Amino acid sequence: MSFKPVILWTDGMIFLLLALAVAGIWWIRQRPHLLLPWQRLARSRVGMVSALILSLFVLTGLLDTLHYRPALTGSHENGKSAYSTEVVSVLDLILTDLRSHTEKTYSAPLSAYLYAKESLQHADGKIVREFPRLKFGGAHLAIPEQELDGDVFKRTIRGIFAGWVSGMLLVLLIVSVAAARSRVKVRDWVEARRGSPLNAVFATIVLLAILFGVVAHLAGAYHVLGTDKVGIDVLYLSLKSIRTGLVIGTVTTLVMLPFAIFLGIAAGYFRGWVDDVIQYVYTVLSSIPSVLLIAAAVLMMQITIEKHAEWFSSSAERADLRLLFLCMILGVTSWTSLCRFLRGEALKLREMEYIQAAQAFGVSSLRILSRHILPNVMHIVLITVVMDFSSLVLAEAVLSYVGVGVDPSTNSFGTLINNARLEMGREPMVWWTLVSAFSFMLVLVLAANLLADAVRDAFDPRLNRAQTAQEGEA
Amino acid sequence: MIAYLLRRILYAIPILIGVNLLTFMLFFVVNTPDDMARMQLGMKRVTQDAIDKWKAQRGYDKPLLYNPSAAGTAKLTETIFYSKSASMFVFDFGYADDGRNISREIVTRMVPSLVIAVPTFIVGLLVYISFALLMTLFRGTRLDAAAVALCVVLMSVSTLFYIICGQFLVSKVWHWVPISGYAGGADSLRFILLPVLIGVIASIGSSSRWYRTIFLEEVGREYVRTARAKGLSEISVMFRHVLKNAMIPILTGVVAVIPLLFMGSLLTESFFGIPGLGSFTIDAIQSQDFGIVRAMVFLGSAMYILGLILTDISYTLVDPRVRLA
Repeated sequence: MSFKPVILWTDGMIFLLLALAVAGIWWIRQRPHLLLPWQRLARSRVGMVSALILSLFVLTGLLDTLHYRPALTGSHENGKSAYSTEVVSVLDLILTDLRSHTEKTYSAPLSAYLYAKESLQHADGKIVREFPRLKFGGAHLAIPEQELDGDVFKRTIRGIFAGWVSGMLLVLLIVSVAAARSRVKVRDWVEARRGSPLNAVFATIVLLAILFGVVAHLAGAYHVLGTDKVGIDVLYLSLKSIRTGLVIGTVTTLVMLPFAIFLGIAAGYFRGWVDDVIQYVYTVLSSIPSVLLIAAAVLMMQITIEKHAEWFSSSAERADLRLLFLCMILGVTSWTSLCRFLRGEALKLREMEYIQAAQAFGVSSLRILSRHILPNVMHIVLITVVMDFSSLVLAEAVLSYVGVGVDPSTNSFGTLINNARLEMGREPMVWWTLVSAFSFMLVLVLAANLLADAVRDAFDPRLNRAQTAQEGEA
Repeated sequence: MIAYLLRRILYAIPILIGVNLLTFMLFFVVNTPDDMARMQLGMKRVTQDAIDKWKAQRGYDKPLLYNPSAAGTAKLTETIFYSKSASMFVFDFGYADDGRNISREIVTRMVPSLVIAVPTFIVGLLVYISFALLMTLFRGTRLDAAAVALCVVLMSVSTLFYIICGQFLVSKVWHWVPISGYAGGADSLRFILLPVLIGVIASIGSSSRWYRTIFLEEVGREYVRTARAKGLSEISVMFRHVLKNAMIPILTGVVAVIPLLFMGSLLTESFFGIPGLGSFTIDAIQSQDFGIVRAMVFLGSAMYILGLILTDISYTLVDPRVRLA
């Protein structure tokens, strides 16, 4: 084999999450009453567009989760191949060009020159201090001063065109496949969906395809977002940071959910001493200022890791475990509010007639909890999970910035910002790393927030009633 | 009422013990007292004698949680945990590893923390409520929709962006105020301007949206319809009725936060180099000074519980229907 798959801890968590998601989709598809709120969500234009954008982020993150160690070429000893110690992902493989095109140090976006002056020897032997040409950015140009703008323009136009064509083809493909599946003519299929959010989704697909085309065409010859201090392409770094943000936003939830759900509904349903104990536990946890708890726990973990260097076979593994631990700590500090919420809901539900009927029939408590209470609080869980996602992504950046976040070797928005902030004082300013990190984060969090709103509108029964009442009034 | 308060205060004691135990375990699960001594003495090769002496001086020479050699209740009291925690309940925090009196340190550092936190809190509240009130006044119009969209965008921007951008614009481009630091007295105004401004802006999106939903809920009530039917103008409906009634959920939500203002914001203070309680705590965690961390966690939890009790009291004050039993 030319590669050896590596499953890091967080990879395993993500696969588990993926399996749960697939199982959940299969489960819901069988049950029309569960499908209803999802159909309501599918009617929200903003929701669908943000879901599409988020799914692109998720796709990038998933590609970055398939880790492996490539085989070293030319080292076949007695039939066994040796593998590189470096762990790379499928995303790295796709972005090989971006990854390997490193410059010496900073360079501005779409520039052909390095940011810092160097002593260069001219052909006639004279030594001059000037900005050296980049190794990869605009290297194909003979005289960048004259050709750069024209070349960038040409590539942009070509990118727009290619993106537009492929985006349109993609939309056409989706429409014809969907029409074929529902056995109607393409024209009728389109006609039936006039005014539905699908139009907005298709428009977004085309726009994204154009953006993608432009970036791909430019990235072939330039550093679209510049390079960082050691000359790594910022576009590459930003794409690699996505996975960390997604892991923090989702794995944290995965860690905390079992506790929050079980303890929350158990406290509300059983009341008495169970309730007292559970309430005690979450009051203790939530009364400690969360930043303090996180900072203390992370520093303690750092000490542990330093003491036990022998636990880890590679630095990637160490950084990964630290990421997982950060998720756990964030989970510990964030499950209490959901738990309190669920307890309140379970308190209300246990007085319902159908629960009393189940009790009268002698149904076991565990069965009542899982069959009757749990399905009725799932909408709260879902809304909370989606709402928490964006705040967790934002929290990661702040924590990493203060130094209690992810490992400095892990690519994340926080580390990216942290490394870039010191360069604000330089003349001319190195602004591109900060701008890229913040823009990527803004798009991710904005899409997540908009989706969260759409999910809440679709799933919250109270809100739906209020809305229909309002419409009735008007 | 008095009985209720007493019960709540008594109930706080086991919670504070739990908080203490948690901090204690978190700290000592990876760090033995020997490690602490070695770190504080700051030498690579410290003799066991020196370590024992350091431990004896600071009372770390007992077992951690349980002392099997003592008799009766002393099994629990002759331990590091007991001797270090018991005095905290009378707010005596002991000494830091470098010999400073923690209680005195907290009192002096409280001032800068409050100087930043109180203006941020008050200005923020005023700004968010007026913004939310405006949105409610224009509800259902394009203006409202645009404002809500703006709120969502502002919510999605990282706090770091506000801080970095603010520091850059105000201090580097316009040269108004210093980028970080702190000075006492009237001079402090120059230093607090930026943190307060950024603190207010950073949560304008989420807070305004939150207050808007509260106002909207109130606007849908029957009494508002009555007020309109009586012929009151929309403005006076808003200010005389909606605002007044919406203050109930707003006030009770706000009261819980007031005691925590004291603690200072850990993040703001470390970003702006303000010598308050927040940066005090961060520094202590980084130098592994257990005494300070424990004191601050204890204080933070006590303030949180105080906030909860104050919230309950404020309910009875603003809403006569609520009775505490």
